[in-house]
Amino acid sequence: MPSRFRSPLLWITLAVLVIAATLPWYVSAYILGLLTVAYYFGVFAMSWDLLFGFAGEVNFGPTFLIGVGAYTAGILNSHYSVELYLCVAAGALAAVVAGFVLALPALRLRGPYFGLTTLVAVLILQSFVVVFADLTGGEIGLTIPDVLSINAGVNYWIALGFMAVSGAILFGLAQSPVGLILQASGQDPVQAGALGFNIIKHKLAAFIVSAFFSGLAGALMVFYMGTASVGTVVDLAVGVQVIVAAVLGGRRTVLGGALGAIFLIVAGEFLRPTGELATFIVSSVALLVILFFPNGFLGAVLSRGTRS
Amino acid sequence: MTSTWQATPILEVRGLTKAFGGLTAVKNLSLSLSAGEIFGLIGPNGSGKSTAMKSIMGIVRPTAGQVLFQGEDLAGLPAHKIARRGFGMVFQHSRPLNRQTVLENIMVALLPDSLLKVFADPSLTRRAREIAQRVGLEPVLDRRPPTLPFADLRRLELAKAIARHPKVVLVDEPFAGLTLAEVSVFSELIRSFRDEGRAVLLVDHNVKSVSALVDRVLAMYLGEEIVTGRADEVMRDETVRRVYLGGAIETAARPETSFKDKVPLLQVENISVHYGKAQALNNVSIHIHQREFVSIVGLNGAGKTTLFNTISGFLPYAGEIVRGGQRMRGLTPAQVARSGIVQCPETRELFGEMSVRENLDLGGQHLDDTERESQLAWLFDLFPILRERQAQMAQTLSGGEQQMLAIGRALMMKPEILILDEPTLGLAPVILEQLSKALEKLRQTTPITVLLGEQNVTFALPHADRVYVLEHARIVWEGDPGRFAREAGVDYL
Repeated sequence: MPSRFRSPLLWITLAVLVIAATLPWYVSAYILGLLTVAYYFGVFAMSWDLLFGFAGEVNFGPTFLIGVGAYTAGILNSHYSVELYLCVAAGALAAVVAGFVLALPALRLRGPYFGLTTLVAVLILQSFVVVFADLTGGEIGLTIPDVLSINAGVNYWIALGFMAVSGAILFGLAQSPVGLILQASGQDPVQAGALGFNIIKHKLAAFIVSAFFSGLAGALMVFYMGTASVGTVVDLAVGVQVIVAAVLGGRRTVLGGALGAIFLIVAGEFLRPTGELATFIVSSVALLVILFFPNGFLGAVLSRGTRS
Repeated sequence: MTSTWQATPILEVRGLTKAFGGLTAVKNLSLSLSAGEIFGLIGPNGSGKSTAMKSIMGIVRPTAGQVLFQGEDLAGLPAHKIARRGFGMVFQHSRPLNRQTVLENIMVALLPDSLLKVFADPSLTRRAREIAQRVGLEPVLDRRPPTLPFADLRRLELAKAIARHPKVVLVDEPFAGLTLAEVSVFSELIRSFRDEGRAVLLVDHNVKSVSALVDRVLAMYLGEEIVTGRADEVMRDETVRRVYLGGAIETAARPETSFKDKVPLLQVENISVHYGKAQALNNVSIHIHQREFVSIVGLNGAGKTTLFNTISGFLPYAGEIVRGGQRMRGLTPAQVARSGIVQCPETRELFGEMSVRENLDLGGQHLDDTERESQLAWLFDLFPILRERQAQMAQTLSGGEQQMLAIGRALMMKPEILILDEPTLGLAPVILEQLSKALEKLRQTTPITVLLGEQNVTFALPHADRVYVLEHARIVWEGDPGRFAREAGVDYL
């Protein structure tokens, strides 16, 4: 399905990625660290957009999936000294299982109830982490012995490569026939059913894919940060940030999620000299974009391309 | 009509029943449909025809009965399984994928229900093109749905429904919103489905609009079959005529000159309203005098509800609405209601989980305690059953009681102008009589002004001083009810 805007978008994306890949040669380790975190957030936001933008389901608990992935990997490494890569794989797998268990009953609910279920799931995970402090490190957090790399540049490249590959897969999936069916199910479930599509099956699959990438990103991020804590991978505020990033970047664009995440984190950091004002300014910008450009950064660009 | 429906039926519906809580929308409905036949399922709004169609398609789960397709019972299967057996449904409203082209939208309908099909089969494009050509979408293949005219969006719906060559095609109100020229094009398309040997089931409000198209018609009322037969037979049927036109029409109009106000209380001047691309009202003008009872009659989809919602401030419009010399543009629905124009909507919109009394108190919420008490006492005299049901939850009432409550809640606001939208919808004749008496009492004993929208002419005419006929978004007739019974009623069915 060739479409007019797609090839320029592809070339622009590739050019941006190539430029981004050269950053470690002339940018400070501090900025690299910032972008590394932003790239993991980008994957969170892109996975979330697959559910919201395509399946039409609002998952208020992206951090449930992220947190399960992060803590599974962290606990295996910290308590059982499991090999780093096995821990990451186990984290992604655990997120998929947890996502499946949550979504299977929740997707049978209608409207806002699905969203509420996902919200409650985060609270349950949060209490679990606090209550089983021996296992999870509780409120202090879990210290992770292994790291991906001690080199800021290598960490940066891993995150960038991971984001690029995840983005390519998620974007490709969204544009594929499966993505079209998902989009039809999200937009008009009754009609999609009458066209012969099992909506629950497709939405469940989307949830699982979203869970896989969220869990994988959560697990990798833990090994970059060297710690797993409620405040960084489970808290509702983190989830809200993921959601804002995806909406800011552009609903139903997948790649917009990465843009939004980088904007949120980089802008927050640039405004740090303003102290407490930083969060206020970034939130206000986000609010204005959502109110007046509900299609987000990339959505606005794409719909202009559609009209011409 | 050269049909071959004498053959063994491809679809046989037996004893189909669908109940929503206490309300039985479809009762023991049976019909059979053969390949190469167009079958019309008709009935006034609320008669259960759409529910019957949705039950066949599996969109709602039938409470009882069988849906036999080539001998296999499909009742209770989900829609996607029924679709894959060879069913296609044309929806009246739909939301196509706006970022995809027309061609891609048709391709979606051709995709298999598989999670593993990450790459589209190249032959799909060719098949989608063929289907587009069939329904006349070829010139707009690469355009996106938001840029298409309304008729092309309907074509897209047809294309999606027939994409996988279904043996049974269900069509919900095939001609809603189309111009006369487009109606004939769509009729031809639907005939071509029949000629290819498909079985076609149409749902529509009246026999007239589909009579040229259908081989047989089943007329429904209150969830049950009245009669099945050829269109002309059904139109002659006594019960059908009574359902649509009623028996003898009685009128008791007060002449327009008897109303004292020189400038009418409410003047609607050249109103036009659009829903996206579909025109819902076209240059409509009406006026109502103080204390006058005016009926707007028209079949479903004619624009009655749109007109009422426009007056109530819910919709943007071109033209003017003037009340007592004041333009009403810019008022919010709440301001309109508070100023004394109260609508009792077709859908009733009761607060289902509140008691009857709470619903009424909410209506009279702006009155002081003594005034509310006296208004409530007056209302209980008008609808005595509501007094008995005071403590009951609104959603547990019968349909007729719910309608009385809806009217009662509107009256608690002490309206100057009461707008009643289809109060008879889906109600049994005995209830209609009670509503009729209540309206007559309002007319005789109160200074209220009433604007009544109805497709049931028998109910509307006795209470009307003047009648407007709304058809395809326009006022096509205006006059007193006596003249209506003689002139316009003939063409109405």
